[in-house]
Amino acid sequence: MAAILEIDNLTTNFYTEYGTVKAVDGVSYYVDEGEIIGLVGESGCGKSVSVLSAMQLIQTPGKIDSGRVIFDGEDILQYDSKGEKMRSIRGGKIAMIFQEPMTSLNPVLSICRQLTEALEIHLDMDIQSARERAIELLSMVGVPEAAVRIDDFPHQFSGGMRQRVMIAMALSCNPALIIADEPTTAVDVTTQAQLLELMNDLVTRLNTSLIIVTHNLGVVARYAQRIYVMYAGRIIESGPSEEIFENPRHPYTIGLMRSIPRLGEKRGGRKLIPIDGMPPDLIFMPPTCAFLPRCTYKTKQCQEEPWPALRQVGEKHRTACFVDIGEKE
Amino acid sequence: MSDAKNDHMVEVQNLKMYFPINRGLLKRHVGDIKAVDDISFFIKNKETLGLVGESGCGKTTTGRCILRLYKPTSGTISFSGTDISHMRDKALKPLRRNMGAIFQDPYSSLNPRQTAGSIISDPLKIHNMASKKEMDEMISELFKMVGLDPRMTDRVPHEFSGGQRQRIGIARALACQPSLVICDEPISALDVSIQAQIINLLEELQEGLGLTYLFIAHDLAVVQHISDRVAVMYLGRIMELTSSEELYENPLHPYTQALLSAIPLPDPKAEKIRQRIVLKGEVPSPANPPPGCHFHPRCELATSDCNVEIPPLRDIGGGHYVACLRV
Ligand SMILES: Nc1ncnc2c1ncn2[C@@H]1O[C@H](COP(=O)(O)OP(=O)(O)OP(=O)(O)O)[C@@H](O)[C@H]1O
Ligand SMILES: Nc1ncnc2c1ncn2[C@@H]1O[C@H](COP(=O)(O)OP(=O)(O)OP(=O)(O)O)[C@@H](O)[C@H]1O
Ligand SMILES: [Mg+2]
Ligand SMILES: [Mg+2]
Repeated sequence: MAAILEIDNLTTNFYTEYGTVKAVDGVSYYVDEGEIIGLVGESGCGKSVSVLSAMQLIQTPGKIDSGRVIFDGEDILQYDSKGEKMRSIRGGKIAMIFQEPMTSLNPVLSICRQLTEALEIHLDMDIQSARERAIELLSMVGVPEAAVRIDDFPHQFSGGMRQRVMIAMALSCNPALIIADEPTTAVDVTTQAQLLELMNDLVTRLNTSLIIVTHNLGVVARYAQRIYVMYAGRIIESGPSEEIFENPRHPYTIGLMRSIPRLGEKRGGRKLIPIDGMPPDLIFMPPTCAFLPRCTYKTKQCQEEPWPALRQVGEKHRTACFVDIGEKE
Repeated sequence: MSDAKNDHMVEVQNLKMYFPINRGLLKRHVGDIKAVDDISFFIKNKETLGLVGESGCGKTTTGRCILRLYKPTSGTISFSGTDISHMRDKALKPLRRNMGAIFQDPYSSLNPRQTAGSIISDPLKIHNMASKKEMDEMISELFKMVGLDPRMTDRVPHEFSGGQRQRIGIARALACQPSLVICDEPISALDVSIQAQIINLLEELQEGLGLTYLFIAHDLAVVQHISDRVAVMYLGRIMELTSSEELYENPLHPYTQALLSAIPLPDPKAEKIRQRIVLKGEVPSPANPPPGCHFHPRCELATSDCNVEIPPLRDIGGGHYVACLRV
């Protein structure tokens, strides 16, 4: 299978008055045709910056300092960020869905206008056929009475409905890839289930690739085929979902799994084992592994050597840790 | 849920909390937001009762009614056997000392200009619980109790991390040695890796101090972990209430079943074979809830009587309460 998008050694820094924020520090990941991957990690670890960088949507004081983003065989980081080629990719061949639909929908434009705009720009449709297609898209994502509601404005839609509009917009130009950045964080769990099921069905049916960015381990377990775990600007573990959940090999991933309560656990059953301390400040990064201060597996080597690169620990399973944490210890 | 039992710290009966909707120049009363619409439950001494449900279902309003920050529209709330539903502020004040509250947002619930020490000492001052001399000692004790370094008392909130700020909020809630603590989404704003620290802290404090909790959250996995019993709310009403275990193993209300099935498990293998119930439509507005059972328009099992009759929350055995005509 061919990778539809490949991010290679991407580095993005923010040059602020307090210092350089190493938001994304040599990150590589790929997504295959028709594949769903999950990018997980807690707040501030660089998930959004990595995908925004790939789309050249980073603004000053941020700067993409190195790396390649291969799409359709070309390094799209070489394209002019505001040029024709980049625009045809952004919102066209690669669509994005953001966390907060109210900020990504234009409040003064009708739902119809927001949907047809992309169709007219990217697919060269005329007004009438664009409107028909917009209604079709809206009903496809489960908005009842689409032909009527199409002329509403965003504020007339509920949070979940707006998120459906975002999905319709993302699908409108038949993208090869959708990047969904915390698409359901702001909605309730039953709405989240509705939206994720919808998205899952649609991308499977249309053979679209999907990158789900989230901090919810359950969401990636349910939908992603492969997972990348990020910590402090780097990918610290990657592999097929089942492998990562059954046999996590990085102390941070292991720590996360032990610290989350699971449905169905008895009161007073398993005691949660929290990860001590907190994530590092990305301005003052140590040369050693950034997880070291919180790690319970650390050895002398960890304190002396720089942050280790990802290494193979199984077929397609990689971890950025010196320590050999045995299977299911 | 009849007579107040001796071991019930809180007893809520037929509680309604309506917020009036006023429109136009004359602010005419045109309707009500039925935030809490006839709920009954109790909280036993030293237990944790979890309250789950989706945004807007009335969890916070229920908590605020118990704290008597709202005057209920109707129904009664008893605290340690005393009916507080219509008590005046002056009479309430000594009782309030026995209730603490922890809020969701550790950022906005603390005054940014106040030092951590003074935030924690506020309730002590209000209730005259300590002399000036004792104060520093007590603050220091509270800091240690929630796992903060007492040398940090002079810092202001933004100098603390999210998890630390929530600890300050917990210390403030515990300052007056309350018996009941209303925890309203105490961990929702925290990072995943920090949440367990706070859950464990709350559990340890409960053990050590013999606290009673009302634990409000929308994350059912968290609620189940910490609660003895769980009440599931939907659009102002309790749909089901039973022990944590029973709720997971034998959910009876169709809404509870859908809620459980909507939660993705951090286990890909289990997810592959799991049956999913995806609800139709959206939660109706609490200003205009459907007649009969509030859940019936989205319910697979609903029949014609469900949109007429309001199902009572009844005990089907062993303290398992369900409000559904089809069960
Ligand atoms: N405009 C900016 N100026 C300075 N620092 C920034 C800027 N945007 C992002 N950062 C920093 O870059 C880091 C990575 O941020 P990013 O938004 O990618 O995190 P994330 O993993 O998406 O987190 P979340 O789960 O909260 O969305 C953070 O430490 C953040 O503070
Ligand atoms: N002071 C108020 N005035 C008017 N309406 C209110 C007030 N407080 C709450 N409401 C409404 O009552 C309903 C219940 O709100 P409540 O805050 O109790 O819900 P919740 O279950 O805590 O939700 P969340 O999970 O979002 O915190 C909502 O529709 C809300 O908009
Ligand atoms: Mg983000
Ligand atoms: Mg609330």
